[in-house]
Amino acid sequence: MTMKKTTLDLWVGLFVAAGLAALLFLALKVGSFSAFEAGKTYTVTASFANIGGLKVRAPVKSAGVVVGRVTDIRFDNTTYEAVVTLSIGHPYKFPTDTTAAIMTSGLLGEQYVALEAGGSEKMLSNGDRIRLTQGAIVLEDLIGKFLYSKAEEGGGGGARPADGP
Amino acid sequence: MPETLITLLRHLGGRVIHSVWRLGMATRFFALTLLYSGTCVRRPHLVVKEIFSAGVLSLIIILVSGLFVGMVLGLQGFETLQTYGSEEALGILVALSLVRELGPVVAALLFASRAGSAMTAEIGLMKATEQIAALEMMAVDPIARVVAPRFWGGVISMPLLAALFSAMGIFGGYLVGVVLIGVDEGAFWSQMQAAVDFRDDILNGVIKSVVFGVVVTVIALYEGYDAPPTAEGVSRATTRTVVSSSLAILAWDFVLTSFMFRGV
Repeated sequence: MTMKKTTLDLWVGLFVAAGLAALLFLALKVGSFSAFEAGKTYTVTASFANIGGLKVRAPVKSAGVVVGRVTDIRFDNTTYEAVVTLSIGHPYKFPTDTTAAIMTSGLLGEQYVALEAGGSEKMLSNGDRIRLTQGAIVLEDLIGKFLYSKAEEGGGGGARPADGP
Repeated sequence: MPETLITLLRHLGGRVIHSVWRLGMATRFFALTLLYSGTCVRRPHLVVKEIFSAGVLSLIIILVSGLFVGMVLGLQGFETLQTYGSEEALGILVALSLVRELGPVVAALLFASRAGSAMTAEIGLMKATEQIAALEMMAVDPIARVVAPRFWGGVISMPLLAALFSAMGIFGGYLVGVVLIGVDEGAFWSQMQAAVDFRDDILNGVIKSVVFGVVVTVIALYEGYDAPPTAEGVSRATTRTVVSSSLAILAWDFVLTSFMFRGV
């Protein structure tokens, strides 16, 4: 059977090419590949007293650069702390005395784990635990502390009008 | 009074049994279509012809509606985001809603009413004019020769159409957001890229559109194949195709979404 070229083939070819181009546009211009595929990462855990609104898949950043993702959040029933598993890209090495803190970024207040490198010679490897952690800042606590300190410093501040004439 | 109640109950039961029966037959029809798809591999020209009538002929409606949906998203999104002073997130809003939901779903709804109805009417008329019976007389299996190419043509066209719809919609959002209103172009694209993940968002959208393609074409082909061979029968079958494939798309969309975007 000999294939005969028809205008129909041309149209279908154009359609398929346009559809694939649209997919390529979506893949390259609109989306981004997750840079941290399984296998090219190592995981470390960190315990926090309070993780605030941290979610699985939240970014792990160091100096503002995304170096990994949060892959798991569990509750430890013996220490009553949250155990967060971080999956960090292989090119990024951190000393064993690295500090992990939960910070807030962006206009919608999404939370991330910030790593601050320490000075140790030894590097973290797969399965290690980060010992130095700082939990999320809870806004209610902050407001409470602020109110207390305000009340203390200006002792009579609130009472003065009542003492007045 | 009890008689009317019993008649009502009987009627209702009859309708339910009838629907279950049709569902079973449609499933068997789907299995047969897959089974007889060998012809499509041996004669790819049959599929190319169906890609033309299902895909190429739906291009205009898909591209134009994609553009307008994207432009509306741009306007509406801007109005809402402006209240929070975060107009730059417009790119995220437009891209995510198109890639995850609107692209696959609206493209499939348009595809059902544009290409699905045409498939049903065509096959129904072939049946009414006894062309299907003639094929059987010539020992040509109508499922292999008529149904399977249309099925594969639809299934191949659907994801491409959905991708074109999403791309066109994002372009529409860009036109309104960046060109018309003046949202910062760099922020529009970079925030979009940071928020849209290839596997979680784009690939899941493609999977959705493939599933919708299968659902719509199977319903359209089955309704046509099952239509009573009369003018009225074909017209009813065409209406049923649009109604039931639209409902099926929305129901499947819920099921797929609850699988895909749990806890992300």
